[in-house]
Amino acid sequence: MESTIIKSKGFNASFGSNHVVKNVNIEIPRNHVIAVMGPSGCGKTTYLRCINRMHELIPGATSSGEMTINNENIYDMHPIFVRQKIGMVFQRPNPFPNLSIYDNVIAGYKLNGIRLPKAERDRIVEHSLTRVALWKEVKDALNKKGSFLSGGQQQRLCIARAVAMEPEVLLFDEPTSALDPISTSTVEELFHELKANYTLIIVTHNMQQAARVSDKTAFFYMGELVEYDETKIMFTNPKDKRTQNYITGRFS
Amino acid sequence: MDTSAKNGVITRSDLPLRVINSTPETISRAQKKVRRSFRQIRTETVFRRTLTIMGLIMIILVLGILLTLIIQSLPSIKSLGLKYLWGKVWDPVQDIYGAWPFLLGTLLSSFLALIISIPFSLAVAIFLGEYYPKGWMPDFLKNAVELIAAVPSVIYGFWGLAVLVPIVRNLENHIGVEPVGVGIFSSSLILAIMIIPYAASLGRSMIQMVPSPLKEAAYGLGATRWEVIRSVVLPYTKSGLFAGILLSLGRALGETMAVTMVIGNTSLIPKNIFAPGNTMASVIANEFTEADKPVYLSALIELGLVLFLVTVVINLIGKKIIDRFTNE
Repeated sequence: MESTIIKSKGFNASFGSNHVVKNVNIEIPRNHVIAVMGPSGCGKTTYLRCINRMHELIPGATSSGEMTINNENIYDMHPIFVRQKIGMVFQRPNPFPNLSIYDNVIAGYKLNGIRLPKAERDRIVEHSLTRVALWKEVKDALNKKGSFLSGGQQQRLCIARAVAMEPEVLLFDEPTSALDPISTSTVEELFHELKANYTLIIVTHNMQQAARVSDKTAFFYMGELVEYDETKIMFTNPKDKRTQNYITGRFS
Repeated sequence: MDTSAKNGVITRSDLPLRVINSTPETISRAQKKVRRSFRQIRTETVFRRTLTIMGLIMIILVLGILLTLIIQSLPSIKSLGLKYLWGKVWDPVQDIYGAWPFLLGTLLSSFLALIISIPFSLAVAIFLGEYYPKGWMPDFLKNAVELIAAVPSVIYGFWGLAVLVPIVRNLENHIGVEPVGVGIFSSSLILAIMIIPYAASLGRSMIQMVPSPLKEAAYGLGATRWEVIRSVVLPYTKSGLFAGILLSLGRALGETMAVTMVIGNTSLIPKNIFAPGNTMASVIANEFTEADKPVYLSALIELGLVLFLVTVVINLIGKKIIDRFTNE
């Protein structure tokens, strides 16, 4: 039986008077890959950023409604704890340019002022880099700056950085849109392996990617959650007319 | 005829002679275009020359000022030699000229001012750059800080004499040093206020330029605002912040009027930071009109030369440090 990890009920988000996420109800099962797709400006990224409370960092941004992780209200918790439980990977690879690869991986611990013995740090770095299939490529260059890596490697480094904090959920905001096709497929393969340990929520504007990597897909349109179903069903037999139009390429 | 062939760059040799020599009746529209391009080339040349001349004038000006200082201070350099620099006594009546008390006074008051001002300018830069970039209070603060730079320095001198000096005198009474009020410490306080805007506004714009994906990466890992500032914003902007601090130090070294009014104007070597003293700039301002002997005048000008060189050296060191920061 699958258990729900993230749940929203009547969730809304706005930038000032601009209402971008409207009354979203969704239940996200543990250890699954969820794709969130929709045309640009449909509120999918904003919704994603609400899950780990990054949305509220923007001046004028507000939200309302219920959002829970393991039945605990995210908006009753301190945002710092929320973001430790729910990691995030961004559109463009953003390793810290002044830190080495090693320090980038354990940056989360450093930032939070957690001191670990050297052996423990080494273990976390190796473990996290192995998880993102980067260990073999960089194990002899751990002291080099993260910015020397290729775009795809940098993005996997960023995933390793998020994984190192041992979160329960990983959010991806169009993680491959800045990458070349080969790096994209490496990252996509990763999703399959990561879901054994984490729940993955991936925002993508790329329908093929959503079809390839996800177990369930949510389709957002004009701030509303139009349809949310098993990916197979969604792409073969969509129930809503708008979903049908979107996946057949009638608008994008 | 195709003159735009080489990446759109047209040189004189590309232009067919026939176009230039042709009579008005035979000039086609395309050929007219070529003529227009020819005019553009000329404008470009004029523009480039103007810029070069402006640049050269600036270089000549700086070198000219340096040269004037050197020539005018030659008599003093000849008669006093290098011991002028570390001579501890300045007594024009006896024709003894030692610049050490003023060199010390300048460096002491400037660096003290820098130390006092850094926490404030950093705080203002972080507050305006990262914490509260928008709103009525940050707007007001920003304008107030900019206004500090716009107030004429003689007004700071007045304010220092009327307000700061009595406060410092009180303080000196409490801690048991000679309660003079005027002195190095008072002038450092005044200087500290005056130089805050330079480091603060440069720091603010550097902090605002930190790419938001980097900050979001840190927030996404569960960092607090302070942790983001400490681990992402400050390391990313350190060379810019240092440049701002350097700029304010340059300002402090050369500030004349306000310092002259509150420093106490004695030519003795200051015994501590509360003692009265003199800076190179304040001595020049005070004694220039009284210099009745050629050597005296020349010694004062040499003081200016030393001040000029100290500023240059500090700037060069600063540039080296900034380079090292950025190449790291």
